[in-house]
Amino acid sequence: MSRVAVLMGGRSLERQVSLKSGARAEDALERLGHEVLPIDAGPDLVERLSTLAPDVAFIALHGRDGEDGTVQELLDVLGIPYTGSRVSACISCADKVLAKHVLRDRGIPTPDWHAFSETAFRELGAAQALPAIEERLAFPLVVKPAGQGSALGIKFARTAADVPMALVSAFSYDRKVLLERYVPGRDLAVSVLEDADGEPRALPIVEAVPNEEDFYDFEARYEIGRTRFVCPAELDDELTGRASELAVAAYRALGCEGFARIDLMLHADGGELDVLEANVVPGLTETSLLPQAAEAAGISFDALIARVLELALNRA
Amino acid sequence: MTRREPPRSTVRDLERYAGLFAERTKVMRSSAMRDLMALTERADVISLAGGMPDTSSFPADTYAAIMRDVADQACAAALQYGPTEGMASVRRCIAEVMAAEAMTIDEQELLITTGGQQVIDLVCKTLIDPGDVIVAEAPTYPGAVPTFSSYEADVVQIPMDAAGMRIDELEETLDRLEREGRRPKFIYTIPTFQNPGGVTMSAPRRERLVRIAHERELLVLEDNPYGLLRYEGEPLPTLYSLDGGEFVIYLGTFSKILSPGIRLGWAAAPRPVLQKMNLGKQAADLCSSSMTQHFVAGYFAAGDWQAYVRALVELYRDRRAAMLEALAEHFPREAQWTRPQGGLFIWATLPDYIDTTDLLARALREKVAFVPGRAAYLDGRGGSSMRLNFSGSNEADIREGVRRIGTAVAEQVALYGTLTGARPAAPVAPATAAEPRTAETLADVLQLPRREAPHQDRAETDR
Repeated sequence: MSRVAVLMGGRSLERQVSLKSGARAEDALERLGHEVLPIDAGPDLVERLSTLAPDVAFIALHGRDGEDGTVQELLDVLGIPYTGSRVSACISCADKVLAKHVLRDRGIPTPDWHAFSETAFRELGAAQALPAIEERLAFPLVVKPAGQGSALGIKFARTAADVPMALVSAFSYDRKVLLERYVPGRDLAVSVLEDADGEPRALPIVEAVPNEEDFYDFEARYEIGRTRFVCPAELDDELTGRASELAVAAYRALGCEGFARIDLMLHADGGELDVLEANVVPGLTETSLLPQAAEAAGISFDALIARVLELALNRA
Repeated sequence: MTRREPPRSTVRDLERYAGLFAERTKVMRSSAMRDLMALTERADVISLAGGMPDTSSFPADTYAAIMRDVADQACAAALQYGPTEGMASVRRCIAEVMAAEAMTIDEQELLITTGGQQVIDLVCKTLIDPGDVIVAEAPTYPGAVPTFSSYEADVVQIPMDAAGMRIDELEETLDRLEREGRRPKFIYTIPTFQNPGGVTMSAPRRERLVRIAHERELLVLEDNPYGLLRYEGEPLPTLYSLDGGEFVIYLGTFSKILSPGIRLGWAAAPRPVLQKMNLGKQAADLCSSSMTQHFVAGYFAAGDWQAYVRALVELYRDRRAAMLEALAEHFPREAQWTRPQGGLFIWATLPDYIDTTDLLARALREKVAFVPGRAAYLDGRGGSSMRLNFSGSNEADIREGVRRIGTAVAEQVALYGTLTGARPAAPVAPATAAEPRTAETLADVLQLPRREAPHQDRAETDR
C-alpha cells in the first residue's frame, strides 16, 4: 500500500475532464487499497506536496502544467516519483510542432505542416508566405494551436479566405500555431501501455467514428451518443499490426514512459498511416479511449491504474 | 484560490447506463463552452459572465430580523409544505410588485414558482410536444436554451434591432411556419432590457405583438425579470397589461429585486393555462419553499421593498456607466455594443473574424470572463458577440475586466489586419468619443449576418 497523491483539475482548459479522470483514478486507487490524497493543482501545489510527502504522484492533469512537463519538473525537484512520461517526453509531446519534428527526424510519417509564432506574423511578415504554404499543403487544411491538448481552437480552413480567421482563433490558445495538411481518413487511437517489465505494448486499437458527418467538435469526444467508438477497430491483421508497430515506434521516438495514447490517421486512399500526435496523460474518463482499449485487452480499469502506478514506483 | 475538493465520480462506467437515457438527454449536451465557463468561476477571475444581482447590498440586519420573525411567529408553517399555487400572503406581495409596473392582477391567476426559470420549464411542459415550434428572440436568454432543448422544441429565432424583436420578421416567420403546416405554441420574449441583447421593445411593437397573439391565437411568454431596474427613460406598458390576460403568460421573479437565493418567481396566466401549469408544478416539486415564502411575506410586511429596488437601481446605474465608459475607452473601433436603459447586460459584437469562444480562452489567461454569444443562439450564430454583466462586479473590477478584454480584442484585430494585409484600425477609440451608439448603429449590433465560418475540425485528441 502506498500513499498516492492524485494530481488533477488545475488551470488548464481541460480542467473539467481532468477532474473526471482524477476522480476515477482515485476510486480505483482506493479499491486497490492505497491511501489516496487528492490534490487540485493550484497555487498551493508545492506546499501541499511537501506537507503530504506522498510516496508517489498519480498525474491525472491534462493539458497545460500536467502534460507539458511543468508538474513533472516540480515533482523531480521534490523527489516524488510520478506516473507516466518524464519531463523531456512531456515537452516534446505537448508541443505538436516539436513532436512532429521528432517524428519526422526518426522517419515516422506525419502530415506535412508549417508552424509559425505570432511574432513571425507580427514582426517578420510571415503572412506574405501564406500563399506559398497554402499551395504546398493544399486545401482544405487544418489550423491548430501548437500546445492545446483538446480540440478547442482547431479549425478547418476550406479556402484561403478562412485562413486568417482560423489563425486568429488558434492564436487565442497559443503563441505558436501550425497549418497542417488535411488527411481524410479514419481516426485511430492506439493506446500504448508498458508491461510489467517496462516493454511498451500496443493495446487494441480504438476507432472514433463521428456520428455527424463533417462536424466533429471538442464536446463530442466526451459525450455518449455523438461519437461512436469501435474497439477493436475493424481492421485486418496486417493493418492492425502496422498501426500498432507505428504507435510503439512513435512512443519510443518521443521517449514516452508508462503509458501514452498515439493518434493515427489511416488514409482514406491507399491505406497509409500517419501519426498525428501523442498524449502523455491520456484521459481516464468514462468515455476515454485508453480505458476502453485496456478493457478490450482484458485489463480492467483497476488493473490499468495498478500497472501505471507500479511502473512509476519501479522507476523510482 | 479557495480550495475545493474535486467531485467524486461514481465507480461504475457511465456507458452502462447509456441505454437507459431518454432520447431528450441527447440534446442536453454539455459543451466545450461549459468546460470553459467552469473556469470563469475561479476566485481570481473577474467574471463579467454571470447574471448575478449584487446581494451584498442587502442589509444583513434586515435579513436577520425577518428570519427571526419567521422563526418566532411561523415556525411550524415555514417548515411545512404549502399550497402548490403559493401562499396567499405572497401572492398579495406579487400583486404589489406587478402594480409597480402598472399591472392589475387577480391573485387567483398567479402561480408561485421555484424561481422564474420554473415558469419557462412549466410553460414548455404544458405546451410543447417534441418538434413543436417555440419562437424566440435572436439572441435569446442562454438559460432558456437547455430548457427548450430538453423538451425537444424546435426553436425559431427572430432578429432584434434597437427596438427589440423585429415584428415584421416575426410575421413573415409565422406565415412561413403556417405554410409549412407548423403552428408555433408560444413566442418567448424578454421585452424589457432583454437578456442578453440589452435592448427594449418599443411601445408600438409591443402593441403589434399582442395584436398578433390575439389574431393568431398564439401564446406569448413575457419574461420580465428586470422591468423595475430602469436607469433611464420612461417605463413602457408590459405585454401582460396590454393583453388583458388573454394570450400573455407573464413571468415575474423576486430574484433581481430581492434575492435569487430564495428561488421564488411567479407566473400570471389565463386560468386554463395556469391550471395545467399548476398540475405540472405538482408533479415537479409540489410547492415552492414555504420558508422563503414566509421570508418574502415578512419582508414586504416589514417595510418599503421599493426602497431596496431604488438602492439597486442607483448601484447598477453607476456600474452600467462604468462599463459603457470602459467599453468606449478600451474596445476597438470595430466593436459595437448596446446601451441598455436598464437590466443587467450589455451585448457587444466584434468584427466577424473574431470568435468569442476562442477569445474567452484567451481572456481567461488574463483572468477575465464573459459569455460567448453562441450560448444565446440555437443555430450556431452569435460567434462574434459576447454578453457582459455589470450588476455583479464593482466598478473597479468592471473597468479592469473590460480593459483586459479590450486588450485581447485589440491584439486579435491587429493580428487579423497583419494576416490579411488590411490596415488595422487605431487600436482604441479615444475616450472622448464615448458617445452612445445611435439607434441606426445599434441595429447592426444584434442582427448578425450569417456567415460561413471555418468549421471546427475534428479533434484528433480524445481524453
